[in-house]
Amino acid sequence: MARRITYQQAINEALAQEMERDPTVVVFGEDVAGGMGAPGEKDAWGGVLGVTKGLYPRFPDRVLDTPISESAYIGAAAGAAASGLRPVAELMFVDFMGVCFDQIYNQAAKFRYMFGGKARTPMVIRTMWGAGIRAASQHSQSLHSVFTHIPGLKVVCPATPYDAKGLLIQSIRDDDPVMFFEHKVLYSTEGEVPEEPYTVPFAEANFVREGTDVTIIALGRMVLLAQQAADELQSEGISCEIVDPRTTSPLDVDSIVESIQNTGRLVVVDEGNPRCGFGADIVALAALEAFSDLKAAPRMVTPPHSPVPFSPALEDAYVPTPETIAAAVRETAEADERALA
Amino acid sequence: MSDAIQKLAMPKWGLSMTEGRVIEWLVDEGAEIKVGDEVAEVETDKLNGTVESPVAGTIRRRVAAEGHIVPVGGLLAVVAGADLSDEEIDAFISQFEASFVPGESEEEAGPAPETVQVPAGNLRFLRQGEATDAVVLLHGFGGDINNWLFTAPALAANYTVYAVDLPGHGGSTKQVGDGDLDALVSAVEQFLDSQEIERAHLVGHSLGGLVACGLALRDAARVRSLTLIASAGLGEEINRQYLEQFICASSRRELKGALELLFADSSHVNRQLVDDVLKYKRIDGVPEALQAIASQVFGNGRQAEVVAPRLASLEIPMLVIWGTEDRIIPAEQAQSAPEAAEVRLLDGSGHSPHMEQAGEVNRIVEEFLAGVRAG
Repeated sequence: MARRITYQQAINEALAQEMERDPTVVVFGEDVAGGMGAPGEKDAWGGVLGVTKGLYPRFPDRVLDTPISESAYIGAAAGAAASGLRPVAELMFVDFMGVCFDQIYNQAAKFRYMFGGKARTPMVIRTMWGAGIRAASQHSQSLHSVFTHIPGLKVVCPATPYDAKGLLIQSIRDDDPVMFFEHKVLYSTEGEVPEEPYTVPFAEANFVREGTDVTIIALGRMVLLAQQAADELQSEGISCEIVDPRTTSPLDVDSIVESIQNTGRLVVVDEGNPRCGFGADIVALAALEAFSDLKAAPRMVTPPHSPVPFSPALEDAYVPTPETIAAAVRETAEADERALA
Repeated sequence: MSDAIQKLAMPKWGLSMTEGRVIEWLVDEGAEIKVGDEVAEVETDKLNGTVESPVAGTIRRRVAAEGHIVPVGGLLAVVAGADLSDEEIDAFISQFEASFVPGESEEEAGPAPETVQVPAGNLRFLRQGEATDAVVLLHGFGGDINNWLFTAPALAANYTVYAVDLPGHGGSTKQVGDGDLDALVSAVEQFLDSQEIERAHLVGHSLGGLVACGLALRDAARVRSLTLIASAGLGEEINRQYLEQFICASSRRELKGALELLFADSSHVNRQLVDDVLKYKRIDGVPEALQAIASQVFGNGRQAEVVAPRLASLEIPMLVIWGTEDRIIPAEQAQSAPEAAEVRLLDGSGHSPHMEQAGEVNRIVEEFLAGVRAG
């Protein structure tokens, strides 16, 4: 049996192994080493939750603390990538994207296109997403759909430690800008992870569970909640197929459509807000590519169209749960909207 | 509660199996069964297999219905003497169900793979059984110790069974040097040294069969017997398209097409099996290792190492097993085995009879090994 480590350790190991393999890989961000201004306290932090801890002592020239200026260091990452390095910049919370967004969507995402394919921008922006740790509206958002909307960016949202390591290595080796979303609630989850470096390709969905009655498309932390729902539904006789696209851009359209064609019923679970987001995108895909296979109207399980609440009771009510997912699946499984039409 | 009541439990095939679904019962309630009798077809997330009874007696109750999912170690059936009352059987079942915790049964615990460092690099292996005589299982090109999931447990009753990942494979080093036969043979030789195995029965599948032959030719004294399953080394022909497709495949679809060639019944290849092989192929160094071995041993789509003529001079008991529907190495090559070898052709199997007709292969190998021991 392969070794088990946490999602957080998997990310740290991917960074360390890629830095070991490739001297052009550099890591920077706020406190990714930590304590650089305080003698004797280097590597004090390793990022706000300690994900990069241990890298600075091993690679002191390539782990750089930056000032609290996202526009400066994300821009620096884009420039470094365009001129030969492979930077991995840490945007502490994706909620802070607004400060540096021009560097991402109008600069890095456009280089390859506007330089006629002659420029490469092999940069990764690691960033935390998602609700669940009582961090309020400005540190809890799920903004993956915003980046998915922009051509020129790749968007990666691993759900497991195995995927986190393989997708991060793939992201670092990729020649385009990659937004790498780390769900803060998943950091402590454990799973089997090979010790050796390996990759997980983009646009290859993971069939988390095979089933025959209803397809559940879920991403990030929602995959775990969907699995809990599917366990419960199994005992009720409803067989769920869970497909985790793993990357929203590029997207494994074929696998998603294949699953919908096989079950004829679709529930999309997304932690992002419901309008113009990933959930709506998948439902549109079903309507466009698998309309004649659908036996019932697709369902979306998402938070409401409102900011993430700070009140613990409201935050818990905001995020999809195994219960709300199961309820949507039951509704879809029992519906026969086609027959009524 | 009588000692004569025995449970027939869901077996654990391979390291990751946690549960299985009963597809079909092959015996009725009331049937007399012997140890090794096939009692049920079971489907796992990787492969389908046939449960062989580890116990003898009367099937008093089939506890798991067809279609039901049973955790590893969970109760499939109750085997007992015909003289026991139904009440006693009922009591046994309720007591079992009250105390059974999935994931904590002796079946579930199973052996864990180990790693040993030898000059060729780290080698991963799985050891099962406690007997004096050693059997070493060598998988084929692109395979690993999990390919022996049906074989190793059966042989472990009478032998200490070592399944080893060859260099470039599974959990072993991905450094294969030149990738030639000598390098692979040396790694296995070093493995035997590391485990202080002076002499072993070697069982090899495909490339692993060739490696077993290579070791026998290098140092015959270390090889008590040779069992070659769909083995390389007996003729030149090999399916070039398969090799290229297996090495190059980067998507599920491409790889599935290749893996289906390994079986007579391609429904053995499910998504889990394909995903597992893809995960292996995506480890750094694996594509290069496979390419290196293939170009040395199977360069230009031909087998470079045809050792059959040299095997005849060895005084080592030999068993050759082949599936008649092998689409990788044609079964006709079994005829090139030395005259003294026992040759068994199996209808209904492709290149992987030890997985496709595991029960039959286990019986043939067990009989052969028992014969060797009896001298």
